[in-house]
Amino acid sequence: MDLMLLFIGTVLVNNFVLAKMLGLCPFVGVSRSVENSIGMGMAVVFVIFLASVSGWFMDRYVLTPYGITYLRTLVFILLIAALVQLVETVMRKSFPALYRALGIYLPLITTNCVVLGTVILIMNKRFSLVEMLIYGLGSPIGFYVALFLISSIREQLALAKIPRAFQGAGIALITTGILALAFMGFSGMVRE
Amino acid sequence: MADAKTATHPGEGVAEPIAVPRPSRLKVWAQDFVNGVRAENPVLKLVLGLCPTLAVSTSVFNALGMGVAATFVLTGSNFVVALLRNFIPGRVRIPAFIVVIASFVTITDLSIAALSPELYEALGIFIPLIVVNCIILARAEAFAAKNPVTQAVADGLGMGLGFTLSLLLLGAIREVLGNGTVLGYPLFGESFSPVIVLVLPAGSFLVLGGLVAIFNLLQPPHKPQPAGLAGAEASASGGH
Repeated sequence: MDLMLLFIGTVLVNNFVLAKMLGLCPFVGVSRSVENSIGMGMAVVFVIFLASVSGWFMDRYVLTPYGITYLRTLVFILLIAALVQLVETVMRKSFPALYRALGIYLPLITTNCVVLGTVILIMNKRFSLVEMLIYGLGSPIGFYVALFLISSIREQLALAKIPRAFQGAGIALITTGILALAFMGFSGMVRE
Repeated sequence: MADAKTATHPGEGVAEPIAVPRPSRLKVWAQDFVNGVRAENPVLKLVLGLCPTLAVSTSVFNALGMGVAATFVLTGSNFVVALLRNFIPGRVRIPAFIVVIASFVTITDLSIAALSPELYEALGIFIPLIVVNCIILARAEAFAAKNPVTQAVADGLGMGLGFTLSLLLLGAIREVLGNGTVLGYPLFGESFSPVIVLVLPAGSFLVLGGLVAIFNLLQPPHKPQPAGLAGAEASASGGH
């Protein structure tokens, strides 16, 4: 039951984009069409889950025993960069169809702060293995949900008459603000 | 070197790389500096580095702390990247830049924890996340890797100042209206009721959206989008 709450809490209540404000650059940049947002969302789910698992084991069995946890930032960002490179190479060789769909989003993921943010938060919260697995899955799904919602709205907005000054990033940010207000309705469901 | 003499004005060389310092050096540095504050303001114009901007700008104090930290990392990494620009092989430059940036972030992280635990608490996870702030990697790749050290430092300081000023503006608006204080000192009397939504996450999006729009208004107008494009899109999705 606690684990279920952790999952719902991560996806909806403490949504990484709308409540924690992480991953906003791709959120504003890649959310013009639903198709792109699905590609980006899937790639992010894939990489964050792998990064959480490998980061957790790295921290537990290398950084903590040797007392070098202050190098976490440096180690995790290199780990993520290496992982993204690995995923890209494996995917291109073994799953060309998937690579064609997600390939262009992969290099962007290294500097997506949801990835590093999730890994660092997992370590700060001292999660157990199972909690880590759920959190590592819940956080990118929350990102996916938010990205999908905003891109659906922006496809409609493309047809609307928007004052010149608000076109592009301006209206995207204000729409996000209204979406974040709506998501505040979930707060109180789960305490963090 | 012969063609360097012909370019008398900095703007005249068509595709001239910036690395030809024909006008006085001071002028070049000043240009690189001002460029980051106004024409290429990272937050308001390029809409980069949004996560720390929005998450941390709940008060003037936090905004200032994040701005100074990011400026330090930006200037430091620009300095080292420009210094090593001829030694880093092109193929591995991005990982190399990330290691340089991550080292400066670790220095900043440990320094803030030691100097101001209060600020460390307030900024939280956003200090280590300076590593993935796209402004910093973008400047290392786009500017510091191609220009001499002094120019790279000027660019780092200018970009950092532009980032800090945007953060301060956002932080001031949100703190004054959302909390009725500046740097913790109450500004209005008892009767003032703060607009609490502005210090919540949702408020940050609304305020920044408004600021980006105002910044756009102050820029020279773009050509409006061709009407035919919008019409084609409308008929394409008119099915439902």
